[in-house]
Amino acid sequence: MSIRQMELEVMRYDPERDTEPRFQSYSVPCQDEWAILDALNYIKDNVDTTLSYRWSCHMMVCGSCGMMINGEPSLTCKTFIRDLPDRVRIEPLANFPIERDLVVVLDDVMEKLHLAKPFIIRNDPPPADREFSQSRAALNKFKQYTMCVNCMCCYSACPQYALDSSFIGPAVLALAHRYNVDSRDQGKSERLDLLADHDGVWECSFVGACSEVCPKSVDPAAAIQQMKIDGAREWWKQKLKVVKP
Amino acid sequence: MSRRPYIRPVSKTTWYFRSGRYKRYILREITCLLVGLYCVLTIRALAALAAGPEGWNVFLSAQRSPGLAGLHAVMLVYFLVYMTFDWFKLAPKAMPVQLGEKKLPDRAIVIAHYGLWILVSLMLFRLLGVI
Repeated sequence: MSIRQMELEVMRYDPERDTEPRFQSYSVPCQDEWAILDALNYIKDNVDTTLSYRWSCHMMVCGSCGMMINGEPSLTCKTFIRDLPDRVRIEPLANFPIERDLVVVLDDVMEKLHLAKPFIIRNDPPPADREFSQSRAALNKFKQYTMCVNCMCCYSACPQYALDSSFIGPAVLALAHRYNVDSRDQGKSERLDLLADHDGVWECSFVGACSEVCPKSVDPAAAIQQMKIDGAREWWKQKLKVVKP
Repeated sequence: MSRRPYIRPVSKTTWYFRSGRYKRYILREITCLLVGLYCVLTIRALAALAAGPEGWNVFLSAQRSPGLAGLHAVMLVYFLVYMTFDWFKLAPKAMPVQLGEKKLPDRAIVIAHYGLWILVSLMLFRLLGVI
């Protein structure tokens, strides 16, 4: 086990004392197999107990340890020090207000989640005496979108959300698409009425950064582009219905 | 304990300098200016055509001047190399194809786009009598 001395420049912000964030440097003896989260835990346990950050599972499931590492949004449990230079800059996720140190305020996205109507909507009653049946092919159409852990790295990478936070954003739109393409669901047009509106899919200009940084390969950019096509198709369908006598 | 969340400012004019992927995106989107330029050129061409053979010939010879010919070459390469490459790369996201249980690899969709592009180009060249 070899030890590598690394310089971690961590953004600090104390709402009771600081007028704006500042950087604090920590020299950390890192073990080869450590992720950045281990280095932060080392600081918290041995150097500075006042450092605040979120984490829980340390295995890419809880989605709570997302931060900017050398300017890239990433899960700190998934970013290994062996892949990084000796000096690393750690900041809270971009595009969100900073609550304290590396902790951000996620209220905006949490409030938007309900817009996706993330549940199965049925017009016909569900089968009474058995479960819904679904083929593997039908499951594979949306499985990747179920992998989202709400880490919000995609919002941090999205320049559209940075410029205008009224944009519903990648993760919520991908969640809506997950239900839209679920063979058991019948609520697609209901969702599209809302999500194909001004702050929805058409606000996305397809930078694709959300998909590039997604730690779970959810590919929200793909979901959004497919929703644009669905939205346009629904719009034409409604127009043609009006024209019909 | 008091809450006083800090909002980091984002520049509305220089945000795309923040990362390489934003710069690449801007390089792609900036082609809209070239599309605009070509629209103006098409209108000029139509006006020249309406003015009769003399006007048309003046327009054509102007396009062959070193400056304009160079501009055409640069724009063509920019469209063909950068815009086409970038959009074809993104095509599988908007148009995924699933055959049975398996998704068709992105590469297959991109190659199909290039194939179709070459085919349509050859047909156009044939129609125009170039080949």
